[in-house]
Amino acid sequence: MVVADLHISLAAEEIFRLGPLVVTNTMAASLVGSLIIFTLLYAAGRSVRIRPGGRLTQGVEAMSEVILGLIEQVTQNRAKAERFFPLLMTLFAFILVNNWLGLMPGVGSITIQNSHGIVPLFRGATADLNTTIGLAIISVIMTQVYAVRELGLLRHAKKYFSFNPILLFVGLLELVSDVSKLLSFSFRLFGNIFAGEVLLVVIAALAPALAPLPFLMLELFVGLIQALVFTMLTLVFLEIATTNHSSPASHEVRSVEHEASSVSG
Amino acid sequence: MDIEIIREIMPGVTIVLGSALPALAIGLIGAKAMEAIGRNPEAAPKLQTVLVLVVAFAEAIAIYSLVIALILKFV
Repeated sequence: MVVADLHISLAAEEIFRLGPLVVTNTMAASLVGSLIIFTLLYAAGRSVRIRPGGRLTQGVEAMSEVILGLIEQVTQNRAKAERFFPLLMTLFAFILVNNWLGLMPGVGSITIQNSHGIVPLFRGATADLNTTIGLAIISVIMTQVYAVRELGLLRHAKKYFSFNPILLFVGLLELVSDVSKLLSFSFRLFGNIFAGEVLLVVIAALAPALAPLPFLMLELFVGLIQALVFTMLTLVFLEIATTNHSSPASHEVRSVEHEASSVSG
Repeated sequence: MDIEIIREIMPGVTIVLGSALPALAIGLIGAKAMEAIGRNPEAAPKLQTVLVLVVAFAEAIAIYSLVIALILKFV
């Protein structure tokens, strides 16, 4: 039966070697994605003026405004939102472009022949656990960096280590939850995108005529949602980490966490 | 029972057991969200965002078991 011919590989396949460095097809695809983002933003950035520039610039500015508005909803503070914006916008753009690149025609279907057999030349970067673990590490470490930058090293360390035994226990649990955050970020994104890939391959093998269409639409939607979820979770964790718990205004922390779920209609 | 038979069916069993509870969780979350929106339609955008966030959390658990099933099947 045709299903027996499916080549689904959990690990990314190598396309060539540069000495000791293995270049996989997902690395190639993420390079293409980064080039796309770079060209888009470079072209848009060339006509930034006080009075609105060309249509591309206006489009990029509009999208940035949407994301900035989202961040401001959570942080309740425009200056803080602008400090968080670069990291969050980068994460969102990178994850979105790479999710959707995995659906483009040619990705996964154009193959080359090398010492490992016939391998696809490109493969969605976020369908590779390496990429998603890297993104999760960036997210978790930058949360710590931002927290130290906003609060100072001592106040931030006091959240995890204190002399009160109960607070010490809670602090150690927070450390453990940081590690679980890393795992959950990476596996959520990887699982969604890789499972989507497998689904598309299986449907294409079973009924290639019209059946893949609704699944492609689903994967477009899932790609967008996963990029959004990754960004918003990073945002919420950033906000919680950079809030000063010991200040008299700590009652605002709870309201911030409630606001963390609001979006302008 | 043969180890080979177990190896064949384990991916299926993994995903069945691992997505039953998350499915229930997502259903409960959605039900509560609908209740809340019905009670206060003006707060719908806020509730919608919380809904999407919490559903993503619950779905992540199902994704973990899916990844294990895929590893069992293809590695």
